[in-house]
Amino acid sequence: MTLAASHGFLSPTGVEIAFLLVGLATFGAALVTVTTRQLVHAALWLVVTLGGLAVEYLLLTAEFIAWVQVLIYVGSVVVLLLFGLMLTKAPIGRSPDADSGNRWAALTVALAAAATLVWVVVDAFRTTWIDLDGPAEGSTRATGESLFQNWVLPFEALSVLLLAALVGAIVLSRKARADADEAGRARPNAGKADTDQADKEGAR
Amino acid sequence: MHLAYPAVLSALLFCTGLYGVLARRNAILVLMSVELMLNAVNLNLVAFDIWLSKAAEETLHSGQALTLFTIAIAAAEIGIGLAIVLAVYRNRGTSDIDKLRDTAEGHESGTPAADEKAEATA
Amino acid sequence: MTTTTLAVLVPLLPFLGAAAGLLLGRTAPGFVRPLAVLPTLTSLLLAALVAVRQGGDQAVNAATELTPTGSIPIELALYIDGFAALVAVLVGVVATCVQIYSTGYLRDDPRYPSYAALVSLFTSAMWLVVYSGDLIVLLVGWEIMGICSYFLVGHYWETPEARAASIKAFLVTKLGDVPFLIGLFALATDAGSFQITKVLGTVASGGLDHPTLIALLLLAGVAGKSAQFPLHTWLPDAMAGPTPVSALIHAATMVAAGVYFIARLLPVFEASQAAMVVLAVMAAVTMIGSGLAALAQDDIKRVLAYSTIGQLGYMTGALAVGDRGAAVFHLLSHGAFKALLFLAAGVIIHAAGTNSLAAMSRMRGLRHRVPDAFWTMTVALLALAAIPPFSGFFSKESVLGAAEHVATGHTEHAPGAAGWTVLVAGMLTALLTAAYATRLWLRAFQGRGAEAPDHGRQPLTMTVVLWVLAVPSLALGGLVYRTLPDWFDGRDLAPTLTTAVLGTGLALIGVIVVYGAWRHTTAFAARVPLGAVAAHPEGDAGLVEAEAIAGHAPAYGDVAHAPDPADPGRLLLGPLYRHAAVGFHVDAVYSALFVRPVRAGATLVRFLDREVVDTYVRGAGALPRWLGAAVRRAQTGNVQTYVSALLAGTVVLAVAVVLVATGA
Repeated sequence: MTLAASHGFLSPTGVEIAFLLVGLATFGAALVTVTTRQLVHAALWLVVTLGGLAVEYLLLTAEFIAWVQVLIYVGSVVVLLLFGLMLTKAPIGRSPDADSGNRWAALTVALAAAATLVWVVVDAFRTTWIDLDGPAEGSTRATGESLFQNWVLPFEALSVLLLAALVGAIVLSRKARADADEAGRARPNAGKADTDQADKEGAR
Repeated sequence: MHLAYPAVLSALLFCTGLYGVLARRNAILVLMSVELMLNAVNLNLVAFDIWLSKAAEETLHSGQALTLFTIAIAAAEIGIGLAIVLAVYRNRGTSDIDKLRDTAEGHESGTPAADEKAEATA
Repeated sequence: MTTTTLAVLVPLLPFLGAAAGLLLGRTAPGFVRPLAVLPTLTSLLLAALVAVRQGGDQAVNAATELTPTGSIPIELALYIDGFAALVAVLVGVVATCVQIYSTGYLRDDPRYPSYAALVSLFTSAMWLVVYSGDLIVLLVGWEIMGICSYFLVGHYWETPEARAASIKAFLVTKLGDVPFLIGLFALATDAGSFQITKVLGTVASGGLDHPTLIALLLLAGVAGKSAQFPLHTWLPDAMAGPTPVSALIHAATMVAAGVYFIARLLPVFEASQAAMVVLAVMAAVTMIGSGLAALAQDDIKRVLAYSTIGQLGYMTGALAVGDRGAAVFHLLSHGAFKALLFLAAGVIIHAAGTNSLAAMSRMRGLRHRVPDAFWTMTVALLALAAIPPFSGFFSKESVLGAAEHVATGHTEHAPGAAGWTVLVAGMLTALLTAAYATRLWLRAFQGRGAEAPDHGRQPLTMTVVLWVLAVPSLALGGLVYRTLPDWFDGRDLAPTLTTAVLGTGLALIGVIVVYGAWRHTTAFAARVPLGAVAAHPEGDAGLVEAEAIAGHAPAYGDVAHAPDPADPGRLLLGPLYRHAAVGFHVDAVYSALFVRPVRAGATLVRFLDREVVDTYVRGAGALPRWLGAAVRRAQTGNVQTYVSALLAGTVVLAVAVVLVATGA
């Protein structure tokens, strides 16, 4: 481990600068996601946030995770969320009541939590250095080896969980009335594609 | 790279998601905020995994494996959560969380939607 | 079979009959009547055989110990002397008559199976008391009779009178049974055994340490069972039960048990002069009080009930002067004629459709409707009034003779005071008994007014037993008074001239006075119309009686008496009538002494519980309730609020943990 003395915060490396910039963009997009009054825009800003996170994973040399992030989150989760917004007839345009009456309590709690977490994290890790040189730690090969050598049992258990979620989603949508058939058909399919994808990627 | 950068970014994203969960009225927006929180945790896991595998020569890659698991579970969660939100919306005609107050003290006409709502925010 | 085996079978057969009757009552109704009558009849024959074999000689004494019971052994013991043998025969005769009579009396009663089984059980228990040579076994029979009387008196439980009467009978006898039990334990502790022979042996050797205490405790139980003052009040009310049950209780079983018990353990009582005097005073008060009360009763069965109390007073009087031969002699003859009186009264109530003497005295020709009941009841009333040569005369004279014997200075068995008390009270009661017997006869059979209703002939089962019982009522006393002393203690039971003349003279005076009063008052009867009859006169006798009992209070204002100016008792008793009609307010005294204090205590406890104890409980509950109300306000139902609070708490905890961990 290299001490932080040789890596001051005032003399950032190129990776650090890139990480900071992308991080600022990600954080800003996240803030807009949770504060915007236009519901569809919130979903789109979420795409920006999740994409920014994928870039951060790349910068941390975890490339496999980054691509999974793009495929699953940006590809399917956001699509699902947009479907959800559409099926619940979410208003398009500015809706004045997007925030509940709880927002001030929420703001207080969130700020307190942020202050605490940042303080603790900075206090604990201000001198810790990640050495990003050498072979990438998050390559597909490294991830696959660890996954199928050390994590096989949880991996298989996870497929059972996904199967249960699949069945659960179908059962829940089956309860729908006849006039909601369309909605019932759309959602489980999306969920299924999504879980299949996850399985495939995990197996790779 | 300083570990503080991803750690602080993770903390800030987490708290942003927290604010969204607590303040948003529409259940689908709440789900989005939950996704934000999960991703913040994922970032943390990845960053610490990279650090530990270099610094402590730890080869289990538990952080990255757990990240993959989290992503898979999050996918399942979002599917189920949306199914529940849709069921609530069909029954109630609304997906506003603060209108689902069946468990409030003095509320007489309890309906099954109360349980689903609790799950939806989880 | 040995005499012992026969004697064991006697109580056993009706017990098995009762068990079988209860089991088969619903499934095989055809067996109920044979199961009721045959075991009792067989036991009667066996009891007679036992009596013949025993023959008044040496007492049959057999004992077997079932299991060791510690320092004082309890044994299944038989002790059959002349008293036991003869009383057992009486029990058998009366019980058999009652069972046969009941088949007709409760012909259509749906509860007849359980009724018959209870009567069998009752009879079995009485036989157990009679034959038992062990006090604990005797107590078992004693208590079985108590519980059976509760059920049987309450047979018409649809009427509130019967319910109240059954509970009263049970509670009052239990009031006596508690001291009785303590007395038995004290006796056994002093004697070292529950066996009667050993107890008597201890008494004979002077080994009893607390004779007065034990005798008085036992006396309380006897007063309860044998309906002696002051625990007699349950007996008149027990008339709310069916008439055959009254006959059984009054003639041979329950009330006789008390007298029989003292007769068995008379040496224990004789050991205490005070107990004998108390017994004498109790007998005297009971005799005179019941005689006066009987003169004022309107219900025919209540008259007979008070007469039972009075006759039992004679028996306890005989015991108080230490002559158990006379007491059991009177028990036997009284058993015969009192059973007859009750069974005949049942027939009369059925025929007349009412139990009220006032209503009967306004019916012409009731005697022609029920000639069997008329003739047998006349015999029984003559026996009751102790007119020679009926059996009641001889037995009553033997009691009076024993009292005179003691009063004139033979005080080796009993104090002279007891003799005088019993003698004077007995003479007065002879007058009163004759008076109320005459009043009953005149008002029941010499009524004037509308023709008595005709409900057809009485069932044969009900009339035949009347004649069966009429024979001993007529002739028992005269035939056996010479031979009985061989069975008993050998004391002479023949009437003495003085008491015979005095007693019979007083009885005749009573008859004549009442007749005169009746001639005087009967003219009023036409002026005051009275009378309410049962709604279903065509039903069986049990139904008619139940309706008559239920209808007496609404029709006449009271279950016991009626506002009838034609009553000769009203003229004779004068101002006393009002008090006599309600049994001299003994019930009111009980109410003031026991019921009201208990109720007041209950009210106090209730107050303490509700107002004092509960205040603390409510106070303890109020604080959590307020806290709960405050906490409930936090339950808005908004999940976001909950999660906010949860996470705020998490942050606080995290900060606290970090601060503690860093030692800040």
